[in-house]
Amino acid sequence: MRSWLRQHRRALIAALGKLAAQKASGAVSALVIGVALSLPAGGYSLLDGLSSLAAGVALEPQISVYLKPGSTKGDADALAARLKSDARIGQVRFVPREEALKELKATEGLADVVDALDHNPLPDAFVVRARDSSPETLAELAQELRHAPSVGHVQADAVWARRLASIARLGRLAVLLLGALLAFGLVAVTFNTIRLQILTQRDEIEVSKLIGATDAFIRRPFLYLGLLQGLAGGALALGIVWGGLHLLNGEVRTLAQTYGSSFRFDFLAQGDALAVMLFAGALGWLGASLSVSRYLREIQPK
Amino acid sequence: MISFSAVSKRYPGGQNVLQGVSLTIDAGELVFITGHSGAGKSTLLKLIPAIERPSTGSVIVNGQNVGALRPAAIPFLRRNLGLVFQDQKLLYDRSVVENLMLPLSFSSLAPREAARRARAALDKVGLLGREKANPVQLSGGEQQRLAIARAVVNRPAILIADEPTANLDAEAAQRVLEIFVAFNQVGVTVLLATHDLGLVTRYGRRVLRLAAGHVVEDSAP
Repeated sequence: MRSWLRQHRRALIAALGKLAAQKASGAVSALVIGVALSLPAGGYSLLDGLSSLAAGVALEPQISVYLKPGSTKGDADALAARLKSDARIGQVRFVPREEALKELKATEGLADVVDALDHNPLPDAFVVRARDSSPETLAELAQELRHAPSVGHVQADAVWARRLASIARLGRLAVLLLGALLAFGLVAVTFNTIRLQILTQRDEIEVSKLIGATDAFIRRPFLYLGLLQGLAGGALALGIVWGGLHLLNGEVRTLAQTYGSSFRFDFLAQGDALAVMLFAGALGWLGASLSVSRYLREIQPK
Repeated sequence: MISFSAVSKRYPGGQNVLQGVSLTIDAGELVFITGHSGAGKSTLLKLIPAIERPSTGSVIVNGQNVGALRPAAIPFLRRNLGLVFQDQKLLYDRSVVENLMLPLSFSSLAPREAARRARAALDKVGLLGREKANPVQLSGGEQQRLAIARAVVNRPAILIADEPTANLDAEAAQRVLEIFVAFNQVGVTVLLATHDLGLVTRYGRRVLRLAAGHVVEDSAP
């Protein structure tokens, strides 16, 4: 076991030496990997933020039904009876115009505006939740309610939030596809870097084979080099994402404040950041492994 | 220790370099292999560490049929052989001691023991004190001695040298040969290919003479 560890320590030190010797070319390779990985990692961060924004909004199949201005309590009671008797409707909540005004006043930045009003302009309203959340049912129900007596306006509240959630899901799929595509690119970059390393060390490899080095012994430092390059690229990608979100959040904060929100894009969770690093390292190792397997066979001592 | 049985070697698209070679080399022998260029000396030596495989026949080294070895087993065969080449095959971007440490790094030796063996090998070839030098700073004879030190650092039972004195002046060649003789005197089996018959006759050892791929003379002392 000690001997095995010693061999791996030697290989790691050799790989670090190779990495240090590469200087500019090694840094460029790591940068290419970092930029390539930062695209899906950054996209994931942005979509995660958008998803949490969408999750904060009611996504239940909810319809707001506003009565016409000047409607009486009798009109409201009649509409309530109709809504409750409809089998497609699961839940009905009455929001009196006074309560609606109170909620509006509680909204950040609107208290002064509400105080300046000489009368309550808001109508009484019902918040309706349908049993079936399919868009067709919701659209049909909203359409029918628009024609009901004393109804002034009908709004299907969840639609935009559901659209946002759909866009986020679509975006996540696009990020996954982009990630898979760039993973191939990353493997190719490492493959080529290791190929060049093998060619520059051809004499050393040939001599090592002649005097008794196993393929595993020769392969090991190159695998560690691929791993280190992948990890360096992963760390760079995380740095790029962190910097990008930091810059973006400056503007997002200003925009969110106008909506009375403190929304901001968060950096990747610890587990996700670790996954990016491990993924980058594994791809680097894979690229190196493919390259070494391909080119070591070609070097045979004569 | 080493036996060739009806060994022929034909390179792809080429002629037969060795034809029906049969011979036995016992442990502790020092055997000179002579012959003109193209006689098959180098090929014969390359068959022992499986750098080349026989086209027909068998090469047995320490009881192992080299021609039938799996590729993964070949490095372990080579670790038990010391190989010295005409062109030394040193690494010129490494120091003398780093060249010596290369074969030691394949094994599981502790660093202290590896360093001790490296110094001992340098001592045997008269290069102690030159550990930090680069091989390019050494003379041709010194480079060849460094190659010998690298070959013996893992204490092989068999030492194989292909024209180790070819590019050396008479004095350096004599010194290199004396090192091989010294290793043989402590029990190492030595096979040494050379075309310098003057050097060979001086030592009065077994001589295998090759011509056109055949052993045409096998003279015991």
